[in-house]
Formats: sequence, structure tokens, C-alpha cells
Amino acid sequence: MIPAAFDYYRPKDLPGVVALLQEHGDDARVMAGGHSLIPMMKLRMADVPHLIDMQDVDGMNGIYVGDTGVRIGAMTTQAELIDSAELADAAPILREAALQIADPQVRYMGTVGGNVANGDPGNDMPGLMQCFDATFTLFGPDGERTVPAREFYEAAYMTAREDDEVLTAVSFPTPAGGYAYEKQKRKIGDYATAAAAVQIVKDGGSCASASIAMTNLSDTPVFSEAAGAALVGTSVDGDAIRAAVAAMLNDIDPVDDNRGPVAFKNHVAGVILTRAIERAWSRA
Amino acid sequence: MKDEVTRDDRIAGLKGMGTSRKRVEDARFTQGKGNYVDDIKLDGMLFGDFVRSPYAHARVTNIDTSAAMEVPGVLAVLTAADLEPLGLHWMPTLAGDKQMVLADGKVLFQGQEVAFVIAEDRYAAADGIEAVVVDYEELPVITDPFESLKSDVVLREDLDPTADGAHGPRKHPNHIFTWEAGEKEATEQVIDAAEVVAEEMIYYHRTHPCPLETCGCVASMDKVNGKLTLWGTFQAPHAIRTVVSLISGIEEHNIRVISPDIGGGFGNKVGAYAGYVCSVVASIVTGKPVKWIEDRMDNLMTTAFARDYWMKGKIAATKEGKITGLWCHTTADHGGFDACADPTKFPAGFMNICTGSYDIPTAYLAVDGVYTNKAPGGVAYRCSFRVTEAAYFIERMIEVLAIELNMDAAELRRINFIKADQFPYQSALGWEYDSGDYHTAWDKALNAVGYDNLRREQAQMVEDFKSGKSRKLLGIGLCHFTEIVGAGPVKNCDILGLGMFDSCEIRIHPTGSAIARLGTISQGQGHATTFAQILASEIGLPADSITIEEGDTDTAPYGLGTYGSRSTPVAGAATAMAGRKIRAKAQMIAAYLLEVHDDDVEFDVDRFVVKGAPERFKTMKEIAFAAYNQAIPGIEPGLEAVSYYDPPNMTYPFGAYICVMEIDVDTGEHSIRQFYALDDCGTRINPMIIEGQVHGGLTEALAIAMGQEIAYDDMGNVKTGTLMDFFLPTAWETPHYTTDHTTTPSPHHPIGAKGVGESPNVGGVPAFSNAVHDAFRAFGLRQAHMPHDHWRVWKIANQLGLHG
Ligand SMILES: Cc1cc2nc3c(=O)[nH]c(=O)nc-3n(C[C@H](O)[C@H](O)[C@H](O)COP(=O)(O)OP(=O)(O)OC[C@H]3O[C@@H](n4cnc5c(N)ncnc54)[C@H](O)[C@@H]3O)c2cc1C
Repeated sequence: MIPAAFDYYRPKDLPGVVALLQEHGDDARVMAGGHSLIPMMKLRMADVPHLIDMQDVDGMNGIYVGDTGVRIGAMTTQAELIDSAELADAAPILREAALQIADPQVRYMGTVGGNVANGDPGNDMPGLMQCFDATFTLFGPDGERTVPAREFYEAAYMTAREDDEVLTAVSFPTPAGGYAYEKQKRKIGDYATAAAAVQIVKDGGSCASASIAMTNLSDTPVFSEAAGAALVGTSVDGDAIRAAVAAMLNDIDPVDDNRGPVAFKNHVAGVILTRAIERAWSRA
Repeated sequence: MKDEVTRDDRIAGLKGMGTSRKRVEDARFTQGKGNYVDDIKLDGMLFGDFVRSPYAHARVTNIDTSAAMEVPGVLAVLTAADLEPLGLHWMPTLAGDKQMVLADGKVLFQGQEVAFVIAEDRYAAADGIEAVVVDYEELPVITDPFESLKSDVVLREDLDPTADGAHGPRKHPNHIFTWEAGEKEATEQVIDAAEVVAEEMIYYHRTHPCPLETCGCVASMDKVNGKLTLWGTFQAPHAIRTVVSLISGIEEHNIRVISPDIGGGFGNKVGAYAGYVCSVVASIVTGKPVKWIEDRMDNLMTTAFARDYWMKGKIAATKEGKITGLWCHTTADHGGFDACADPTKFPAGFMNICTGSYDIPTAYLAVDGVYTNKAPGGVAYRCSFRVTEAAYFIERMIEVLAIELNMDAAELRRINFIKADQFPYQSALGWEYDSGDYHTAWDKALNAVGYDNLRREQAQMVEDFKSGKSRKLLGIGLCHFTEIVGAGPVKNCDILGLGMFDSCEIRIHPTGSAIARLGTISQGQGHATTFAQILASEIGLPADSITIEEGDTDTAPYGLGTYGSRSTPVAGAATAMAGRKIRAKAQMIAAYLLEVHDDDVEFDVDRFVVKGAPERFKTMKEIAFAAYNQAIPGIEPGLEAVSYYDPPNMTYPFGAYICVMEIDVDTGEHSIRQFYALDDCGTRINPMIIEGQVHGGLTEALAIAMGQEIAYDDMGNVKTGTLMDFFLPTAWETPHYTTDHTTTPSPHHPIGAKGVGESPNVGGVPAFSNAVHDAFRAFGLRQAHMPHDHWRVWKIANQLGLHG
């Protein structure tokens, strides 16, 4: 568990980061909290001759809660998310989800930006960001651009981010209604066997809108538009939930691994989503 | 006025046996000031690491080390060809087999050691490993022992297929041994004639002890004085010294083996590993100290695993549930080499304790050991040689029999327990149980958990489940186990010919403090605390004034080390016996000082008093001073003693465990509502340490039963080589434990103590597993193999049709 040799850089600003990325191309990687990247380097599964540590880069921190939306700097740690009272108020699901990521030691280091940029289907934040319909801000040689979270993920570890771009922030409209982040895992510090992010808006006795995203059940996070649609206009009764689950199962594509065979994962995905919907609805 | 010091005060001041004395080790451990092998740093020390095979079965056709030698900092690369002239390319295993130190033409398991890179630091060694080019030719892989015994693929081409192995005839080139106990024909007759027979295949999956500290060593050959010093994570330092001497030819007085602080062993650090041999050779070759430390993946994938027993059982009984016979055939998967750590005469360990706590008149056991393309090992992971397997087998068979009889499993146990007045009890498979009172323990346990109410609640939950009100089921996991520990009597217990006695040497200092050295080695058990307590009670000096030292073969008396809960039964007995020798001499000195006859003084807590005149006494402190500083006619100066203790029998701790578990039928998740553990380990030396040992052992049992495994795919790749997939519980997954005890001393042990460190693992696994099984009993489940992780529990429910 010893990484190969690498050069270490610690630039102070974003242009400095981008310059290094341009200079070294494929051979360079940015590091945020390092809690996904360093294990891969130690296993020699990631070859990173040039490692660019972003801890000193200005302007990538901070949580801004506005009237209509939230913006979180990429270098914000999971622990900071959990500790922010403002955020707990504006988007309580974020805290509920962050508390289910790894353990406190990992959360003190792991960042929001690293979690969403990584492209690991096991990460919890990407699905949540899709549930929010968040936007990712990328900074590259040509300046800033934004990409919707729902269009960002292409395959495992493959995203819309170019090699010479840095993800600087995530932004999303203040979520409305009831929420739930439900996650089944084998033990503390484990990635999800199945996880569901649900936001539901209630109008009278019926569902006005619903947003549903699933984690670690495909090679990317899965925003299931059809599952949400199955709830809209209903009283979120058993039939509606079953319809939402059926729609979700159409959208996911789990694989057999140490967490269990495909049939189990499909079953658990349904159970987890059912529980998330029920809990979100009860809070709506 | 000064308060009178009472006799009770004097007893309390000793902090002797029965006291919850705080662990003296913890001051350094809780401050991060332990001294582990990897903390050892010597001038000019080099670092060695292995090129390991990515394949489970392959021929090694070429090893090109030239590029590695170009890596800055790399000094040498050893291969089998380099070790062969020294005769060190293979080494003997503890089980009488031999094992490649470095791949000699082929590899037999994934992760097998192929070449040893020696470099200036571990970074350069890691780069060197990447640069070694090995050509492999893949061979067919066998990961199933049953298939192995039928296969044309010969795994061990180095062995003559027709020759006997270390334990007798072999039936097939991939077969290692057959070992039998009990009466085959008689048992089969009982089973044929029985009113009721329950039959089941019970698999105890492969797992791993996974100590927090991995294995490692530092070898330092001093070429000037010819002395080799070897620091290492050794559970048996003296045995390692003897083995190193035998295989290297270095005389034993020129070898010093030191086990410093050890971060857990659990059996993983009993055997000899290629890393030790290569480090020693590397130090001899380079003339510099060489360190080798495994990483976590090395440890999980290549060092000694545990279990992997396929146990086919038949249990016969009358209609009323009285057991009449037990039959067991075990297929034991030993991996590529037979490196089991068992006493020589017991290639399947003490698996013949599998009649458990029950009075079973007739029994038969056969075990077949088999080679496969998996890592070698087969150690007693927090148990005495294969006792966990035996306990799991019988405690599952009892449950299956209860189902067959449609009987309550607690009652079935009760009517079959060996009765208190039957001890010492001769078991059908050859053991003499020393003492026990199972009925008392069992009734205490059932009462403590409110057993009858739990059964009512369980029935209600089944009703609620059936009527759709709930999706949860309740399991009540029962276990009454009997351990066999304290190996052992030299007449039938040895490892590599080394008798399994143990030892203690005591020196009393003139001012009344002492040092005692033992042949064992603590890996977290708290020996420095408890052995001082035994001595305090025996010799009347405060435990706080007694230093316990272990693990340095230059200073400690010879002993076989710490595993199999043998330290208290064997070295603890030696400690008491050596203490008694001290006391005998002290008695003579006291009599001289008090000017009375030897027989006219008697020992009282911390002094000798003149019989009938309690105001006339000499304290042990005074006696110690006199021993060194006063000329006493007919008595040599000094106060020292040594005892080598060869136990007359094993000890047989037992316990009653009950686990109450709720299971989510839809997700396969569980939650443990209650865990009650009653242990009877005979005389209790330090109740707090016992409780700590029970908590630790139960948590490892939880791990094994509920998720921990070393799993292989069909290609022989290890699927669980990191702690992401190998389950090591944290405080989060660990339930609250309620501990309790009864006390039935061992009649043959000097202080009546039996050992406890492993009981909770032996009894815990069946309790957790039986809880899972019991939850589904109402729906027809008989047997589902561990580990009971989420998907496997889900699968039970799914196959029983509980998902609608
Ligand atoms: C034991 C353990 C358990 C874990 N369990 C979970 C879990 O249950 N759920 C979960 O979601 N995560 C889990 N994680 C992952 C953890 O949350 C990571 O820290 C996180 O996924 C990555 O964040 P990081 O800041 O550490 O990123 P890094 O490791 O620094 O980077 C990850 C990747 O993203 C890239 N990257 C990082 N930041 C940026 C950026 N701003 N712009 C562009 N690219 C960037 C890096 O180049 C790298 O490729 C676990 C980690 C560990 C060690």
C-alpha cells in the first residue's frame, strides 16, 4: 500500500491549478480531501505523477444560503455540511445524507467537490445533487461554465468535466417539501448497498411534485424521472408507491458484487425507496 | 492515632486474585506509547517486501529482476533460486508439511510469495516490486475441497502421490490426511437403530483473525559476534527460536527472539511465515538489519486463515429427545500447504470435543484434510485448536434435532447435559472433562433473559408477520458450549516435537518487590496485570510491586507461548507453583528469624505467623531482605524459583449464551436487542479483565457470524482483501453485552482457573447464528450457512417465500 512516486504541488489560486493541469495533462490530478484519491494511489490503481493539492486554493470554500438557492464551495467538507445550521434549515436532507457517509474521520477530510467530481457510483452526493437538480460550476482555461448534475455522469469515473477543469461549486434551488435520504449499508464506513434521495411537495392531500434519485445501483447515479412522476397527483398511497418503485427498477441496473446478487439489490432498492417515500411524505 | 490495619486491608493491599485491578499495560497503550515491531528502528535498517502472485495456480516460468535492480534504493532481489543453495527455499510447517518460502517453479494461491525485494526503505521496495517481471503460465484452479478430491489436477507436484503424509495414508494426490476418533461401527449401528435421526451439512466458512497489527519482523545478524536477533509479532517466541535454529543451522544460544508489544494475535501470529525466513536471510546477506511488515491486504490474503470446515453430521435420539449417538465427517480445506497450527497428534485440533456439553454415549468423528488453491493456515482464531468449529457443529446439530423432534431447543439441551455429579466425565471421543455444572448455568441464563416470555413474544411476532402487521421476526439464539483449553499435557501435546508445558521464573528483590518471567506472551490479554495478581496472592507481595516480563528468549524461561487460552491454565499454573516454591523457602527463613520450628509458622496473607501467636510474625518483605542479607545456616542466600508446569489435563471452561435478535425480512438487516453471556472459567483472577475478554471475543464472534469471511471467486481471487469488504466491527455495530458467571474451579489446576479469552468466540458464534436460524424456524428453515450478512439473510427469507 505504497503509492508510486509523485510530484506535489500546492497552488494558491484557480488559474494556478488550471495551469498545472494544462502543463501535465493526463499525468496530473487535483486532490481535495484525498479520501478517494489517496487510497487509489496506494493501491496503485491511480497513477498520478503530478498531484495538485487544493487545500490552499482561494475561493472554493463556504456555504451560501440565499432566498431561493444554495451554493456550496467545492472544498467544503462533509463535516462542515453537517455543522451548518443554515443548511440544516434550508436543505435538511443534505445533513441527513452526509451523516450516513463513511465515518467522522473521513468526513473531516472528504469534500463535496471531491465527492461529486469523483464519479464513483458509490458516492452519495451525486444522487442527491440530481435529486435537487443541482448545477456544477467548472473552471477551466476558458473560464467558467456550468453543467446540470443530471447530465454530468457518463459512466463510472467518467464525467462531463474536462481533464483541465476544476469543479468549483455546486448550486441548487432551495429544496421544498418533505425529504428523506435512506441508505442501506453493511456497516459503518461502507458505501451503499442501495440508497434513495427523495424530495416531495404536498399540496392538500396529494403530491404536487416529487424528485427521486438512487445511489450505487448503476455505474452512475440514477435520477428516476418516471419514479417521481408516478407519485405526482396521487395521495402517495400503496399503489402509487408501488408504481414509483416499478418505474425506478426500470431505470437502475445493479451488478452482482460482495454486497449481494442483482435480485437482492433490486429488492432492497425497492424497499429503500418505499421507506424513503413514506418518510418524505410524512414530513411533507 | 493511627488506624489499625486490618487483615482485610492487608488482603486488599495486595490486589491479588479476585480483584478488578486496573490493567498496568494501559498506561502506555492509551497514550500511544506501546512499542510494536514496526516501532523498532535500527541504524542502517533495510526494508524487505514481496512480489506476490496474482494467480491462484500457475507455473512460474521466469523471473526477471534486472529492471528492479535498477530502481534507486533497491539492493537485492531474492528468489527461490537464491535460497535453494541454503536449503531455505522451502520451510517446514507446524503441521508436518513443508511450504515454499519463495515460489519454486509454481504458485498455489493468490498472493503467494514469489520474490523478496530488499531496499533502503519501504518506498523503494514497493517500486522494486513493480519492476520485477514474472512470467506465469496459468493452471486450472481448484477452490472447492470436494472437487479437489475428485480432480486430475495435482496441486502438490512436489509430493510423492502414493507416499504417506505426516498424519498417515493419503487417498488422493490432493488429500492430506484422515483423522478419526471414537467408534465408527458402534455409532453407525446406533444411528441405524435410532428412533429419530437429524442429518445436516454445516459449513463453517473461511475467515481470518485480522489482528489490528499485521505480522512483521526485524532481523539483525551481528556478523562480529555471530548473534542473530529477531524481533517479531510472535505468539510463541521460544518455538520460533527453536524453528529458526533448526532450519538455519544457527545454534540456539546465538539466536535471540523478542516479541515486543503485540497488537492482537488471535492465532494469526503462531506460525512461521516466509517474511521471517527472508528477513533473516537478507540480514545475513547484507549484514544489516532488515525489516518486513505486512500491509493489510498481505495479512488478509496470505497469512493464516481460520475455519473452512465442511461438517456433515448425524445425530440420533429417542422420541423423548435423549441423544444416543453422534456422527460427524468433516472435509477440511487447508489451502495450498498444510500449515495448520495444531498439536502434532491432532491434525484436526480438538475437533473431537464436538460432543459438546452433552452426555452422548456413542460418537464417531472423521476429518479429511484437503489441498486447494487457497492460502495456507488453519489457525485457532481466538479458540483452542478447532474448538469453535466443534462447538458450532454440535450447537447447530442440537437445533436441527430440536426441529426434527418438534421440541424446544433449551429443553432439549437440558435433558442431555452432562450432570454435575458425572464429573470428571469421560467423553465418547476421548476427553476427560474436569469439572462443570451445566444445569445451574443454563437455568440461570434462561431466567436472566426471561426465556418463556421471549418465546411468547416471538410467537406473537410470527402471528403479526403472517397477518401482515409487521415485517420483523425475532430470533432467540441459544448456546451452551464447553471449551477445551490449556494445551497441554506433554504426554499427548507437542508442536513440532516441542512439549506444550509452560514456565515461570521468579526473582524476589531484597526490598520485597519482584520480577517474574514467563514463557508466554501477551497480545492484549493483560498478562502483566493478572499474573502479578496470582503471585501477589501466592507470595504475599503486592501486585503493584511485581513486574511481569515476557517475550525475550534471552531472559524468559522456555515456554510454548500464548494461544488456545493456554496462558492461565499452563503458565498461570507455573506461576502459582513457582510462587509456592518461594513461599516454602520463605517459611524456613521466617522460622529461623522467629526462632521456631518450620512447622510452627503458617502463611497469612503477606506474612508468616507463629501458630497460636499472631503477634509474632515476619512479613514477606522482611523475609525477602533477610534472604539476601542475613547468613542463615543451611539455607542458600537469595529468593528465586522457577517452575516448569506440565498440566495433568486440559481445562474445560463452559458457558451459556443467549442472543435475542430482530431481523428485517425485507432487507436482511438485523438488530441485536439483548446478548447475555454467562461464563464459567473456574477461579476468577481479575473480573474486569474477564469482562473485557468476553466483550472482545463476543465482538469477534459477531463479526464471524454476521459478515466476516475470506471469500474466493472461481479463479481463486480473494474477494475480501480489504477492510471495506472484510467485516471488522466497530463500536457502531457492536451490541450491548450483559455478562454473568458461575464458578466451578478446575480440580487439577493449582488455583482452579480454566482460561476465558476464547470462550466468547467459541460460544458467541453459535449464539448469533442460532438466533438467525431461530427467527426463521417457524417458516421451516433448518440450515443456512454463515456469514449471515444482509443478502444471505434476505436469501433465506426469499427462499422460504416470505417476500410475497
Ligand atoms: C472508509 C471510507 C468510506 C467512505 N464511505 C463513503 C460513503 O459511504 N459515501 C460517500 O459518498 N463517500 C464515501 N467515502 C468517500 C469520501 O466521502 C471521499 O472523501 C469523497 O468521495 C471524495 O472527496 P475528497 O475530497 O476526499 O476527494 P479526493 O479523494 O481528493 O478526490 C477524488 C477525485 O475527485 C477529483 N476531484 C476532487 N476535487 C475535485 C474538484 N474540485 N474538481 C475536480 N476534480 C476533483 C480528484 O482528482 C479525484 O479524482 C468514503 C471514503 C473512505 C476512505
